[in-house]
Amino acid sequence: MANPAAAIEHHGHTPTTTGLDHRKVAIWAFIGSECMLFASLISTYLIYKGRSVTGPFPHEVCSPPVCDHVMKPILNIPVTSVSTFVLLMSSLAMVLALAAVENADKPKHSLSEKILGSSKLWLFMTALLGTTFLGFQAFEFTSFVHEGLTIRTNLFGSSFFTLTGFHGAHVTAGVLWLVTLLAIDIRRGLKPKDAVIVDIAALYWHFVDVVWIAIFTLVYLIH
Amino acid sequence: MATTAAAPPYVATREASNTGLWSWITTVDHKRIGALYLVTALIFFLIGGIEAEIIRLQLMQPNGTVVSAYTYNELFTMHGTTMIFLAVMPLSAAFFNFLVPLQIGARDVAFPRLNAFSYWVFLFGGLFINASWLLHAAPDGGWFGYAPLTTMQFNPGLNIDFWVLGIQILGVSSLAAAFNFITTIINMRAPGMQLMRMPMFTWMAFIVQFLLILAFPVITIALVFLQFDRFFGTQFYELAAGADPLLWQHLFWIFGHPEVYILILPAFGLVSEVLPTFSGKPLFGYPVMVYSGMLIAFLGFGVWAHHMFAVGMGPIADSVFGVTTLLIGIPTGVKIFNWIFTMWGGNVRFTVAAKFAIALIALFTIGGISGVMHASPPADLQQTDSYFVVAHFHYVLFGGSMMGIFAGIYYYYPKITGRLMSEKLGNWHFWLTFIGMNLTFFPMHFSGLAGMPRRIYRYDAGQGFTTYNEISSWGAYILAVATLFFVWNFVRSRKRGAVAGHNPWNAPSLEWSIPSPPPDYNYAVIPTVSSRYPLWDHKGAVVEFHEGEPIKTARELGIPMPFPTIKPLFTALFMTLMFTGLLFIHKNNWPMAYTFMFGGAAGMVASLYSWLLSPLE
Repeated sequence: MANPAAAIEHHGHTPTTTGLDHRKVAIWAFIGSECMLFASLISTYLIYKGRSVTGPFPHEVCSPPVCDHVMKPILNIPVTSVSTFVLLMSSLAMVLALAAVENADKPKHSLSEKILGSSKLWLFMTALLGTTFLGFQAFEFTSFVHEGLTIRTNLFGSSFFTLTGFHGAHVTAGVLWLVTLLAIDIRRGLKPKDAVIVDIAALYWHFVDVVWIAIFTLVYLIH
Repeated sequence: MATTAAAPPYVATREASNTGLWSWITTVDHKRIGALYLVTALIFFLIGGIEAEIIRLQLMQPNGTVVSAYTYNELFTMHGTTMIFLAVMPLSAAFFNFLVPLQIGARDVAFPRLNAFSYWVFLFGGLFINASWLLHAAPDGGWFGYAPLTTMQFNPGLNIDFWVLGIQILGVSSLAAAFNFITTIINMRAPGMQLMRMPMFTWMAFIVQFLLILAFPVITIALVFLQFDRFFGTQFYELAAGADPLLWQHLFWIFGHPEVYILILPAFGLVSEVLPTFSGKPLFGYPVMVYSGMLIAFLGFGVWAHHMFAVGMGPIADSVFGVTTLLIGIPTGVKIFNWIFTMWGGNVRFTVAAKFAIALIALFTIGGISGVMHASPPADLQQTDSYFVVAHFHYVLFGGSMMGIFAGIYYYYPKITGRLMSEKLGNWHFWLTFIGMNLTFFPMHFSGLAGMPRRIYRYDAGQGFTTYNEISSWGAYILAVATLFFVWNFVRSRKRGAVAGHNPWNAPSLEWSIPSPPPDYNYAVIPTVSSRYPLWDHKGAVVEFHEGEPIKTARELGIPMPFPTIKPLFTALFMTLMFTGLLFIHKNNWPMAYTFMFGGAAGMVASLYSWLLSPLE
């Protein structure tokens, strides 16, 4: 059992059984639930892989008579590798943002300490990299549509756009969350006692990144 | 949320008014939200009951002419959907809300406003799905909504749209509540309330929340696919495009079977509170009861395909799912025997609550045994889609869940309202329910084995089903009369029941140490617990209320209380409007669709920000 008095000293608010903030426990439960959500989407994509009766296909050329004309494989792995890198870098920026909030009270002397310790900068960077990833996704979706793949074309289109679209929606929600935190930071400054609200956003953000690693591996890399 | 961390020291700026409609609309008190859940779910229970009565009226005679085939489809679909999502689940949620904080010695749930949000989403979701009756377009694809039969090609009306969107809305409510209760139970226990000292109801509630957060996302995705197929022309369930005809069934039952335990485990928890009290003995085998609950939940994720033996999955899959299903019988049997051993040698007081609890043991066992029967694939092939299955799941859901919930209502009514329900009317209710229930559902075993299929609106006189159906229908009418006794008892006891006192049953757990009804802050002093049965053992630092003692207000005690707020209601309302917009896509009314969807989304985000940026207390 956690000592309630110690918990008060540590966190400055109502003691809890575990000593953790309620929001932190809740976000972990939420992430557990989200795992099942993405597991269902990814499984459906994998079950439907290779079952489309018409092209375009993810990794294979579709030639007549299956398709009216020859259709190239649709997935552009080099471009998506870049966007994957961008998203992974956003996780690094997120880590720096949380560290900056946790250490907001410490004095900063050198320029590098000031840069590393700027929560505003790193929250902004995380949101910016997230938005860049979304830009890549918008570009990818548009070019797929031009090449003849929509959400209605075949099973691949339906399951691909729904899976990556759900992920994109999660990134969008994350960007909105980060921008909200940035607005709070600009208005009143985030202090170490606010670390938990950045911490839960960070947990969500890293989770969304990890999901992307699974999607990138299973959908793009494995033939 | 952002500013709650910096809550100022308590300043009594506003005191929550405790009466009037407004106080109920803006409440964030877990006990009042529990009461709202209870009353709302009971009303939906009556609606689902009326649907069942019409079904029985139609089937009472061969070639019944009471309703058309179309209406009959609507009736059995809405009966199932209503009883599962709008009656049994929210009745359980009523007890989660009312009891969990009391049983762990907390002043509220972890997120009181999220709790209010869950209730309002449930209410609006229930109204949304029932609004379909006004258009005579109620869902008609069964509570399981099998795709591709529910795709646009085979079911082009609004019926399925109402169902898909309604279940999505209700899922939000269940998920939000589950995150809340997991956090509450992990993080808000009173000092000394170790996990293995928690009352059994709280344990079962805890397990059910994990089932909810892991099972609901799967149905969410299955419904998203169906929604996209219907509204946007995707091909998830389009067989001509190469889709797997079993995709829906797998996704649905990966949710659907854990859902069965979501429905029954809370009732098991309630019975595990009622039986020790009325036997005057601790629960037999407490740790094993906990572990068997966990094992039931764990195995519950590995048995879904026993709903699909008839589709021809092959001998290996059939055998594996048959065996895992049989395995679930073990922890369930453990629970049955532990309840019996709890009563064994005890000084059993046969109150109405105790009778309902004992009835659960008997009737659930019958349903459990027929369940083990169709765990065997060859036997199941004879029973599947017949009335035998209808008999089975009504024994577990009516004989199990509802009996447990009735036991819980009679047991906790005095704690909720401060007054006892009438034992005399309660006995009428119990015996008529017990007789009516068995008369209704027992003959279905026979009509089922005689070959009567489920979901048919008519049968011929010469098929040998007539007598069984007549008995079933008379049983159903008796159940209707029984329910009238219950409703009368429930309503009348609110004002005219005998004053209960804080512990009318001489019960052992924490919630009985405080006044009935409990003050809004629950515990004036947070108790320190050192045993499982603090009021029997007199161990630990638990202050037992003395009747007649003045009850101080939160302000007098300096306990900070959350502000009442209407923002969760607005968030829930706008979310429901956002989903309503999708219905207009069906009618190709894009201006209206966009107005509702974007208006609803904007309103939802605005109310959510306003909610999160305002302080809790």
